[in-house]
Amino acid sequence: MTQLTPILSKFWDAEQSWSLATYEQHDGYRAMDKAFAMEPAAVISAVKDSALRGRGGAGFPTGMKWSFMSPPDGDARYLVVNADESEPGTCKDIPLMMANPHVLLEGVAISSYAIGCKKAFIYLRGEVVHVYRRLLRAVEEAYAAGHLGENIHGTGIDVDIVVHAGAGAYICGEETALLDSLEGRRGQPRSKPPFPGAAGLYARPTSVNNVESIASVPGIILEGVDWFKGMGTEKSAGFGIFSLSGHVKNPGQYEAPLGITLRELLDMAGGMRDPNKKLKFWTPGGSSTPLFTAEHLDVPLDFESVGAAGSMLGTRALQIFDETVCVVRAVDRWIEFYKHESCGKCTPCREGTWWLAQILHRLEHGQGTEADLDKLLDISDNILGRSFCALGDGATSPVTSSIQHFRDEYLAHLEHGGCPFDPQAAVLWATDKESVSA
Amino acid sequence: MTTTPTQATDLVTLTIDGIEVSVPKGSLIIRAAEEAGIEIPRFCDHPSLDPVGACRQCLVEVWMPGPPGPDGTPSEARQMQGPPGRMKPQASCTMTVAPGMVVKTQVTSEAIDKAQQGVMELLLINHPLDCPVCDKGGECPLQNQAMSAGRETSRFEDSKRTYPKPVNISSQVLLDRERCVLCARCTRFSDQVAGDPFIALVERGALQQVGIYEEQPFESYFSGNTVQICPVGALTGAAYRFRSRPFDLVSTPSVCEHCASGCAQRTDHRRGTILRRMAQNDPEVNGEWNCDKGRWAFAYSSVGDRFEFPMVRENGELRVASWPEALRVAAAGLGHANASGVLVGGRVSAEDAYAYAKFARQVLGTNDIDFRARPHSAEEADFLAASVVGTGPQGGAVTYTDLGSASTVLLLGFEPEDESPIVFLRLRKAFRKNKTRVYAVSPVASRGLAKMGGQLIASAPGTEAEVIAAIKAGRGSKRVEEAAAALAEGGVILVGERLATVPGALSAAAALAEHTGARLAWVPRRAGERGALEAGAFPTLLPGGRLVTDASARAEVALAWDLAGLPDTPGRDCAGIVAALRSGELDGVVIGGVDPFDLGIGDADAVLGGAFVVSLEQRPSAATAYADVILPVATVAEKSGTFVDWEGRPRSFEAALTTTYVSDYRALDMLADEMGHFLGCRTQREVADEMTSLGAGTGPRPTAPNVPPAEPRQVADGHLVLATWRHLLDQGSMQDGEPFLAGTAPRATARVSATTAQTLGLADGDEVRVDLVTGACVVALVTISEMADHVIWLPTNSAGSDLRVALATEGGDHVFVTKDGDA
Ligand SMILES: Cc1cc2nc3c(=O)[nH]c(=O)nc-3n(C[C@H](O)[C@H](O)[C@H](O)COP(=O)(O)O)c2cc1C
Ligand code: SF4
Ligand code: SF4
Ligand code: SF4
Ligand code: FES
Repeated sequence: MTQLTPILSKFWDAEQSWSLATYEQHDGYRAMDKAFAMEPAAVISAVKDSALRGRGGAGFPTGMKWSFMSPPDGDARYLVVNADESEPGTCKDIPLMMANPHVLLEGVAISSYAIGCKKAFIYLRGEVVHVYRRLLRAVEEAYAAGHLGENIHGTGIDVDIVVHAGAGAYICGEETALLDSLEGRRGQPRSKPPFPGAAGLYARPTSVNNVESIASVPGIILEGVDWFKGMGTEKSAGFGIFSLSGHVKNPGQYEAPLGITLRELLDMAGGMRDPNKKLKFWTPGGSSTPLFTAEHLDVPLDFESVGAAGSMLGTRALQIFDETVCVVRAVDRWIEFYKHESCGKCTPCREGTWWLAQILHRLEHGQGTEADLDKLLDISDNILGRSFCALGDGATSPVTSSIQHFRDEYLAHLEHGGCPFDPQAAVLWATDKESVSA
Repeated sequence: MTTTPTQATDLVTLTIDGIEVSVPKGSLIIRAAEEAGIEIPRFCDHPSLDPVGACRQCLVEVWMPGPPGPDGTPSEARQMQGPPGRMKPQASCTMTVAPGMVVKTQVTSEAIDKAQQGVMELLLINHPLDCPVCDKGGECPLQNQAMSAGRETSRFEDSKRTYPKPVNISSQVLLDRERCVLCARCTRFSDQVAGDPFIALVERGALQQVGIYEEQPFESYFSGNTVQICPVGALTGAAYRFRSRPFDLVSTPSVCEHCASGCAQRTDHRRGTILRRMAQNDPEVNGEWNCDKGRWAFAYSSVGDRFEFPMVRENGELRVASWPEALRVAAAGLGHANASGVLVGGRVSAEDAYAYAKFARQVLGTNDIDFRARPHSAEEADFLAASVVGTGPQGGAVTYTDLGSASTVLLLGFEPEDESPIVFLRLRKAFRKNKTRVYAVSPVASRGLAKMGGQLIASAPGTEAEVIAAIKAGRGSKRVEEAAAALAEGGVILVGERLATVPGALSAAAALAEHTGARLAWVPRRAGERGALEAGAFPTLLPGGRLVTDASARAEVALAWDLAGLPDTPGRDCAGIVAALRSGELDGVVIGGVDPFDLGIGDADAVLGGAFVVSLEQRPSAATAYADVILPVATVAEKSGTFVDWEGRPRSFEAALTTTYVSDYRALDMLADEMGHFLGCRTQREVADEMTSLGAGTGPRPTAPNVPPAEPRQVADGHLVLATWRHLLDQGSMQDGEPFLAGTAPRATARVSATTAQTLGLADGDEVRVDLVTGACVVALVTISEMADHVIWLPTNSAGSDLRVALATEGGDHVFVTKDGDA
């Protein structure tokens, strides 16, 4: 049985876990001294050797990303922390920044030092004003204590942090759209090449990393590469925060080694919300990753195994749906999200999500024919891999995987002339006895 | 100019649909495919705009050569995939070629054919079925490519996105949002090419749309190009919208008559009416662009006031006459005059100008002829004779291409965006793509200068000669020194016609060019000036740049014209002719396309009232009131001819419309005939042949003038020095009849430096009263951060700031400025 590994979440239950004092009681800002005593290249090597892979979804090795940046030329280089967290179901960076902002700040300082950045940015999702305040306060505290700013800890190393709140757009989590937004433009993805490592923020070499990736760096430095690699699997080393939501007894963040299974996590989380209801489907990594079903309860949640099983680890956003949920309805809601969040730049995603949404909406209400299912699949085929960025690709995941696993349920809508499910049965306050009738 | 031939090493060889092509390194796949004769469908791609890869219509399959093996040869090409196992199509408009790359387009890849059909289908789901009523129908890339790359039937059964239509994004450009395919061509054009990012894509998803900024209207001189490059009928021109279908139009290649940029255009007409004009691609001149004036200012010929028949004055009133009668009256009048001159404006074709030049010498026996119906000087005449006439691209003169590759360009008395818009576009491109440094000796840093990344060398009107001399000496402000150093490394000096008003400035400019080795070019404003100079419609020059004072040159021309001799004293220039008319020394004048107000004559009565006036006119002007005979002549659309652009490049055009109007040369030929002379200017061909056979003179070129700068005039208290030029869009009579165009003309403002405003106790937005010798005007004040102090800038001919016509002033005058209502 895999055990939880509370590292970033170790003292989330402490009194004022977010304060500098609490952080310092837990070895806070000590990794920094160790890192600053190393050569920057050695810090990069350590992160490379740890095999830390980006926690923002794509899983690109973090140390490798840093070493791919254009070599220093004396001018500015930037670290940009992606704290936009907007993928449906993903709820890890925001609680982390809420409960333990300083581990991110220490990670930023160390990572900045490693890549030669003197001014780092944290790009935060616009809606989470409470997190914004908390980050600002933490940055203020860290400056006051000499953990940030000029000549940190007397080492002569300078790192400034700017916390920037976006305006609330899913696309601004895509790294190049994020950079445009940070520069004050409308967030739409940029053409690559040039990659941010060559020309990112203000056309300077830039590394964009997820909050959790950067927050993992202090531990790697302080505890060592072997400690980190001792967790997880060979190709998916270390730990990660799994956010469980939906029909689960105790939803929340579970920090565990990569490779843990949903069966294990569900156990830790107290099982299904209603033990009498069966697990129907779930997302391994947010709504952009193809759905899994009860068949997949034992798939190790690491990059390779989830991929081999036909989905993606993504952001480890485990949304759990029991048998009361209509998959057509769920997919319809997700597609509505993608349609709303599509930035509009490219044809397949802009027009495709608009079309998918209309068809799904019809099907949910029992209007259409079986041919519409093939149409949905073909439209998805015309979007996947043809759109400009991964948002469009992701939009097709719930559609194609739900038809793959639940074709009959779609057809039942057509036969039934509407949704055969009682939507009230899926809600939190539903009981078996009473079902609310309209 | 030496051009480096493309080296074999700069070429990249790849295979597209089995065809091997070699293209310059860095080329986009879509361009390489064109080289191979394969057309990949596209919407957002445009060769003159930076790629965006937005529409995804141009997808292709790409195989990249693998890394080289131990023996150095690259391994098997591998298909680009993603997600693994699935071919990942690439946008051919954003991906550059690589050696050994293998590309499969819709021609050889079924998956690509499907991908393209998929994108096309998606583009069409929200596109309305407007084709039967859409301006673009019949010449629409969406229509055409839907036929070539789309399905025959639609699978879309749901609801289309709709919008209330249309939106006015300016008075002349309308947007039907539901037709827009969101390719961002219009926005990229405005931002990148024109530098006027006043439209932008706004909103998200399928609701994304082209938006305007309420506080900054889409007032760009180049906005019409967006209508032309929009790949659908989403952008339409207000004047043309719903007027015609492309297949009902007859197109005639034409050349713009509005400035010396020399744009190639196409005039589209139907049953004798011009419906629109489009920019025609001429890579060496205007590229694919023109300006809104060239595109939309053609209605002046059909506002209903054309002279259709000759007229003669009888008992003080003009009445219609037959051609024979009018010619008889004109011939008699000129015959009785003791001495006559010729005022020919800078708007006629080279052939017309030649006929005026010949008429003056042969029929009137005078060199009193000048095309410069604008401020000018004798120094300018010498400058033109020494440095300009007879030069051209063939002879190695400065060209557009040279501007694009110049390291430094110095502008003297020249505001390209207002005075020669395509020169502006070329300089902006040079700045963006070639890092060309632009410096301007001017009183005020304009927006146009900022868009060229230009630096101002501030100079109050009248001080230009000293400033130019300082650049030559390499001494002065830091910027002067920089400009001097930069020019010394080779560069181009562009001189505008306004420099003629400053004594010594043209001399200084020529000396600067001589000293630095920088190349010099003169950019007049009007389309006909350069051609008229070459044709000898000039007091000191005969055709081909031959000096009036050069006996052998005169003999050459006399021989060609079959005359015993030619008048040998240099003639009066425009101002001289006006003065002589005023004094009565001249009592006859032939006027062709000149508005007396252009001459800065406030009292036309005193000048023209006493003389016998023959006026060749298209429409009434201020000369009409003094004309004894009016001979109606053709507009540019009604005749064939040639303009010579600022480069010295001939730009020939055909008559678009068939009418009974004659070009000026023909009218002059008939008049000459009536006066007993054979002018030999009956057809354009006849004139052009004679011009060609006469060719350029071979006599020695005079040396450049050496006029010393004038002593600066003291500026009295409360007075400012007036600086002025014309906005491209203003009250010019050739913009008449086009209210939509006029709607985007810049509003008149008075510009002063912040310091000057402070001294006078004025602030931004104040209405100020500018008192001139002859009157006053009241305009809103704008303070400019970079501007010479004690100077006020006003537009020459805009509504509310009518300097030449109403006030008869010119740059350099001293004016008194107060806040309106004070005083
Ligand atoms: C539509 C879209 C939204 C994304 N949102 C986020 C996000 O909120 N946070 C994040 O870290 N990465 C997000 N990403 C992934 C980023 O583009 C990028 O891969 C990541 O920030 C890199 O960090 P990492 O290497 O540390 O994972 C998103 C990608 C897409 C296509
Ligand atoms: S796939 Fe295209 S439309 Fe969708 S978010 Fe990305 S760039 Fe925008
Ligand atoms: S208006 Fe025309 S040019 Fe502009 S984005 Fe739409 S389709 Fe493209
Ligand atoms: S730039 Fe000059 S020549 Fe070209 S269209 Fe405009 S006015 Fe005509
Ligand atoms: S033409 Fe290539 S993406 Fe539009």
